[in-house]
Amino acid sequence: MNNEKKITKVQELVYELKVRDAMRKDIIRSSPDILMSELGETLRSNRISGTPIVEHDKLVGIISIEDFIKWLAEGGKDCPIESRMTRSIKTLYDDEPLVHAIGKLDKLGFGRFPVIDRATGKLLGVITKGDIIESLLRELEIDYHEEEIHRYRASHIFEDIIADKTILRFEYFVKGKDFNRAGEVSSGIRKTLTRLGIHPQIVRRAAIASYEAEINVVSYTSGGEISVRVQSDKIQIHVTDSGPGIPDVAQALKPGYSTAPEWIRNLGFGAGMGLCNIKKCADKLDIESTVGKGTRLKICINMKAG
Amino acid sequence: MKLKEIVEKMSLEVIGTATDLDREVTGGYASDLLSDVLANAREGDLWITLQIHSNVVAVASMKGLSGIVLINNREPEEDTVKKAESENVPILVSKMPAFELVGKLYALGIKGSQDNA
Repeated sequence: MNNEKKITKVQELVYELKVRDAMRKDIIRSSPDILMSELGETLRSNRISGTPIVEHDKLVGIISIEDFIKWLAEGGKDCPIESRMTRSIKTLYDDEPLVHAIGKLDKLGFGRFPVIDRATGKLLGVITKGDIIESLLRELEIDYHEEEIHRYRASHIFEDIIADKTILRFEYFVKGKDFNRAGEVSSGIRKTLTRLGIHPQIVRRAAIASYEAEINVVSYTSGGEISVRVQSDKIQIHVTDSGPGIPDVAQALKPGYSTAPEWIRNLGFGAGMGLCNIKKCADKLDIESTVGKGTRLKICINMKAG
Repeated sequence: MKLKEIVEKMSLEVIGTATDLDREVTGGYASDLLSDVLANAREGDLWITLQIHSNVVAVASMKGLSGIVLINNREPEEDTVKKAESENVPILVSKMPAFELVGKLYALGIKGSQDNA
């Protein structure tokens, strides 16, 4: 990877990212009537080097540790911070690109800028050089992560097989009511997908989704089947059982809704989170269920970042 | 912090023979609901639970947890120990109940998902 390319990427990001993406929202604010001695305590206990001063949601000034030191040097006679704060404040709007923030920090030599809402003038947050660097690193990491996933794709298998369309399919049988073996199938799925060279994040999502589905089959039915189809762009997991069926799928999808009997709950299952967890891991989830006949889950996970 | 250090400082009993205690513990999660752990624990977390059946190993290995600590001196089922060894998931036992154990781990610097500030 050459350096020039990296610099370009950062340059691209500073135009793409907005001040609001990098600013700190959970900031310490002070009101103008607190005393300088109290301010010292605020700065010390929060380990910050300055704070915006706000009156009725409106930014009226800013005070920094430098102002505090100056005040100490001049005798440290206690007074409201209002009389020592800087009133002509340079601010940034939350919808400005990061590059503006960088420019202003550089030009004016300030450590921080309050960020305000363009329409209302309300204080939204504060941005420092550190925040900008952190947000850039975070973005770069996401980018790198996507690249990694791309690299990890089970491409070697799919490239070695000469065909217009390649699908790998493996099947598993789940025994009902056997909690000692519950999890074995999804453990097998996890190992197999890992061996295929699929990215760990994708494998983890597939493993969790199939684990939850497997536990449902074990808990509520006399058994079922899980089939996994791997293509170069997606993994499809189909879980079929001939159990009691789900009378109300929408209700079953609600977090915390559970019909599990006491003994299953005592094992740490049946918390009513299974289907939600599956949904969270899947890019697409279809549930077909007929009461008295059985249930089929169709889970689809895309092989891209996300 | 290395798992080894935590084992020493909290006087945890190490289950099994071939346990790899050299791994890094990057956080903690306490829960007895497996789905909750699957949904909310993070890779590298040390998991505090009272569940002793073998599915805890499946969950820990699926999430890439750094280890499982059983509370109240609970003894893992035989199958759990076997699975833990084959999946290379450390199982440790504490004499303490969950509340005290979590508090002491927290004091050691093991943090949860909400305090990364």
